[in-house]
Amino acid sequence: MKIGFYPGCSLTGSSREYNESVVAIAKVLDIELTEINDWNCCGATAAHSMNEELSMSLPARIMAMAEKQGLTEVVVPCAACYNRLKVTQHDLKDETKRKRVSEILQLPYDGSIEIINVLQMLEKYGAENIKAKVTQPFAHKVACYYGCLLVRPHSILQFDRVEDPQSMDELIKVVGGTTIDWAFKTECCGGGFSVSRTDLVAKLSGNILEDAADRGAEALIVACPMCQSNLDMRRGAINKVIERPSDIPVIYITQAIGLALGIDAKELGLKRHFVTVEL
Amino acid sequence: MEHKGKITDLQSHTGVEVMRCYQCGKCTAGCVLATDMNFPPSYVMRLLQTGTKENYIKILGSNSIWLCLNCENCLGRCPMEIDIPKMMDYLRTQAIKENILHPDSKPIISFHRSFLDSIKYTGRLYELGLIAEFKARTFRVTQDLTIAPAMFLKGKLHLLPEKIKDRMTMKRIFAKTIENVKTENK
Amino acid sequence: MSKIGVFICHCGENISATVDVERVAREIGGMEGVAHAIDYKYMCSDPGQTFIKEAVKKYDLDGVVVGACSPRMHEPTFRRACAEAGLNPYLCEMANLREHCSWVHEKGEETTEKAIDLVKMLVEKVKKNNPLESIKVPVTKRALVIGGGIAGIQASLDIANTGHKVILIERDPSIGGHMSQLSETFPTLDCSQCILTPRMVEVAQHPNIKLYTYAELESLEGFIGNFTAKIRLKAKSVNYSTCTGCGACIQKCPVKKIPSEFNAGLGTRTAIYVPFPQAVPNKPVIDRVNCNYYKRGACKICEKTCQVGSIEWDKEDEIISEEVGAVVLATGFDVKGTDFFPEYGYGKYKDVLTGLQFERLASASGPTFGEIRRPSDGAIPKKIVFIACAGSRDPAKGIPYCSKICCMYTAKHAMLYQHKVHDGESTVFYMDIRAGGKNYEEFVRRAIEEDTVNYVRGRVARVYEKNGKLIVKGVDTLLGGEQVEIEADMVVLATAGVANCGSEQLAQKLHVSYDPYHFFAEAHPKLKPVETNTAGIFLAGACQAPKDIPETVGMASGAAVKVAALFSNNELVREPIIAVVNRLAPPLYSTCVGCFMCETACPYNAIEHEEIKARDGSLIRTIARVNSGLCQGCGTCVAFCRSKSIDIQGYTNEQVYAEVMSLLND
Repeated sequence: MKIGFYPGCSLTGSSREYNESVVAIAKVLDIELTEINDWNCCGATAAHSMNEELSMSLPARIMAMAEKQGLTEVVVPCAACYNRLKVTQHDLKDETKRKRVSEILQLPYDGSIEIINVLQMLEKYGAENIKAKVTQPFAHKVACYYGCLLVRPHSILQFDRVEDPQSMDELIKVVGGTTIDWAFKTECCGGGFSVSRTDLVAKLSGNILEDAADRGAEALIVACPMCQSNLDMRRGAINKVIERPSDIPVIYITQAIGLALGIDAKELGLKRHFVTVEL
Repeated sequence: MEHKGKITDLQSHTGVEVMRCYQCGKCTAGCVLATDMNFPPSYVMRLLQTGTKENYIKILGSNSIWLCLNCENCLGRCPMEIDIPKMMDYLRTQAIKENILHPDSKPIISFHRSFLDSIKYTGRLYELGLIAEFKARTFRVTQDLTIAPAMFLKGKLHLLPEKIKDRMTMKRIFAKTIENVKTENK
Repeated sequence: MSKIGVFICHCGENISATVDVERVAREIGGMEGVAHAIDYKYMCSDPGQTFIKEAVKKYDLDGVVVGACSPRMHEPTFRRACAEAGLNPYLCEMANLREHCSWVHEKGEETTEKAIDLVKMLVEKVKKNNPLESIKVPVTKRALVIGGGIAGIQASLDIANTGHKVILIERDPSIGGHMSQLSETFPTLDCSQCILTPRMVEVAQHPNIKLYTYAELESLEGFIGNFTAKIRLKAKSVNYSTCTGCGACIQKCPVKKIPSEFNAGLGTRTAIYVPFPQAVPNKPVIDRVNCNYYKRGACKICEKTCQVGSIEWDKEDEIISEEVGAVVLATGFDVKGTDFFPEYGYGKYKDVLTGLQFERLASASGPTFGEIRRPSDGAIPKKIVFIACAGSRDPAKGIPYCSKICCMYTAKHAMLYQHKVHDGESTVFYMDIRAGGKNYEEFVRRAIEEDTVNYVRGRVARVYEKNGKLIVKGVDTLLGGEQVEIEADMVVLATAGVANCGSEQLAQKLHVSYDPYHFFAEAHPKLKPVETNTAGIFLAGACQAPKDIPETVGMASGAAVKVAALFSNNELVREPIIAVVNRLAPPLYSTCVGCFMCETACPYNAIEHEEIKARDGSLIRTIARVNSGLCQGCGTCVAFCRSKSIDIQGYTNEQVYAEVMSLLND
């Protein structure tokens, strides 16, 4: 399997373990990732909060670069980037907007690239094929946390169910784990307020963590660097506001699968978390 | 009738028809930050529906538009499919344009500006630079003093920014979008 | 040379204020073929009509044009006057000088000229008119009622009590419909079954009603007064003429875990079953999908148990044919399930119920014998939440309309709950309370004031389960959008009332219209609420739109009166405005070439094949013929006919052409 790859800024910095685990499992699963040349930041929440044209132009350049490179399908592990790229692609179906953005970019853009998230890539790869390569079943009871950006807006992303999504749960079951039925799968963790309003992030992430812990989850499984860093790096702030401080780890779906495929914890970046991972 | 024009502008920019809202409150019921807002989302809709200038200014000057996380739960559940998040994006840009800003907006805008500044010159986010600039903008010198070194130790922070090659395009994108608006304002 | 009389009405001042009526009469009087033209203040009045009658006789008129109001208003009046004077009524036409002219234009020269043109057109048309005879068709005085809920029951009894025969067919094994599932009814809280079951028995025993349960309409052919209904009698696998209804087979049936439809899935039934103890007929059927014998070829325990040998394993569906003169559609509605709401758990929480399921819990004949208990663990809920508009008024996930009955039944549910669980707390989340109806508002106030039901204005964003409780995240919009969180033991969703499954297919079988939501369409939203636009087919109850019991019963009685009125005639008289295929003398016979494009175009199945035969019986040609009973005069066939062989009587190509040419010849 060959596929284009857009890591995004987080995966080269504060969430490099996500990158490491994506690359590690791709290697074991024989998935060839081709990084987009000279990619730029998608603009994240900052761009669309401040200026609509900027918020479309930044992702459009990324996709234009991918098109130039001849890629037809690109996996975007970061949920925030995935969302921005998909929404931009949708918005640029509008003729006037596309014209304006082409003017700004001075690059051809035709919007033909298939943007998928990491769960879709693994689904495409095939549950049976993954199962065949499992060497150490991931025998843990976990809570799959999807957050906002993977599933909403449903009308544009058309991915999984809008409430109580199942795709990540299915993957965990494929590699030998069990998942809990819980209430905060798609509630917001506080997203981009990590630095500016840490107090609100602590409150929202706290609700999520408490529900998962109450229902006996050994770990939270995520597919978004923002969710991961809020729930992991902000644990100190979270534990100050919730009734029962918690030390359950928050790992990426790719790390969980990596463990099941027998990849070394260090190679998967599991040592980089703030909350110690002992799975 | 300046204020009615604002609602028309809102509609032409976002497609949101405020009169479609029948005030069921489902958006507010599910909003994770409604309790922290001056006005919860359904209340914002009602203020817009009145069409008065006072109420429009009330919204621009509220923290509601800044606390909206764009998590889109409201849109996913709205029986009338009103795109409140998109509307909030629009109202934020209007608040900046009109310079009617709630104090709560300051750290949030500072963060966004620091973020955009960081990618403007390099093309990619430089997290250390972002934090430094944010601290400088907000005078929150002591914030996250323990986290940054820990991040560094875990290999999560680069000391130097990553730069893309085609920085000209980045410069052009910023010049023709967000900076273009700023100059128009001046 | 024609002798046309023209009569211009002032309509008080309605026409004469803007149109110079005297000039109209004067100018028309000068037209070729016009023998007499006058104007008068009220042409429709008795003296006005007398003018027309006298003129017909005096001038031996062969056509009349009245320039007045809309023909919808007074065409019958003036045609009757002509007929009384001995002129064929179809030689009288009306020019609409009021709605089409004086009411919509300013006073002035041009307005008068338009009025002249309008009259002139009709004068030219009437010159080409032919005398027509109204159509008479015989009436089969037997009605078919489809659906055995309260609507069908009421309609059947009312028709039967006028002395006419009724055939009532019901899809399920018993009549009774949704009303038999209800606990108590608003606003009086009388027991639904107590008032319904006597009616059900009356239906079964009425000498004029023939009841077919477990039966569906296969097809309906024919036209008003003369329908042929083919009815599929689904195989019951039990011989009803010998079965005594003792119920021994039901007790012995080993397949016991089938969700009971009657209990809305909250209880179970066996494979051989009677839907509920008060069923009519009170005899079982075998559900072949779930029966061990039909599934695996072995079991037959019921046969061994049956003392009278009534089990018929090899019985097949039977199709019977019945001649009827009218049809009443009373197929009711359906209730949306809880599963289509993502935010309320996609139907995965056992204690999130529909309103209909709550009815079963509250009903003495229900799975808990009327005690409110949670399906999950049988506990009595101490906190209960009712969510109104769950699917109604929700274009995104449900339906845009208001289901009408939910406000009232939700108030009733909360009230019943408070009556049964004295220390319980009930909360209703609502958007608006729609309690229009006799004693309805008072009923809701009673729930709030006397039974302490907590009404909160706002919708619920989501419901999730935690530690055996259902967490309900709502809002109180009257407190400026304050979030309300309730840890409930049970949640009841007032899910939307929707068209019954299969209603679209049934409508197509019957050639009746349906709305975008698949409810059957009435002929006029105000003045013809029980008629369909297919003559002889009437509507009763919630198959037309969601409605409550009093409204349903009222509508059913209305439909019954329409049927009785139809049956009061031995023959039906219809306007002869229908299509005809021309017939010519031999050897031409007709210009029709027999392509039958008209047959494919006709929405009413009115085109027949007519064989023209020689004296020796050999076939000369096959041409189209219009069935005058079925034809509604829509004219689609005329547009399709390539050889111009079909015309609408009263609106022939020649007539319309003459009208248009009168304008062009000026």
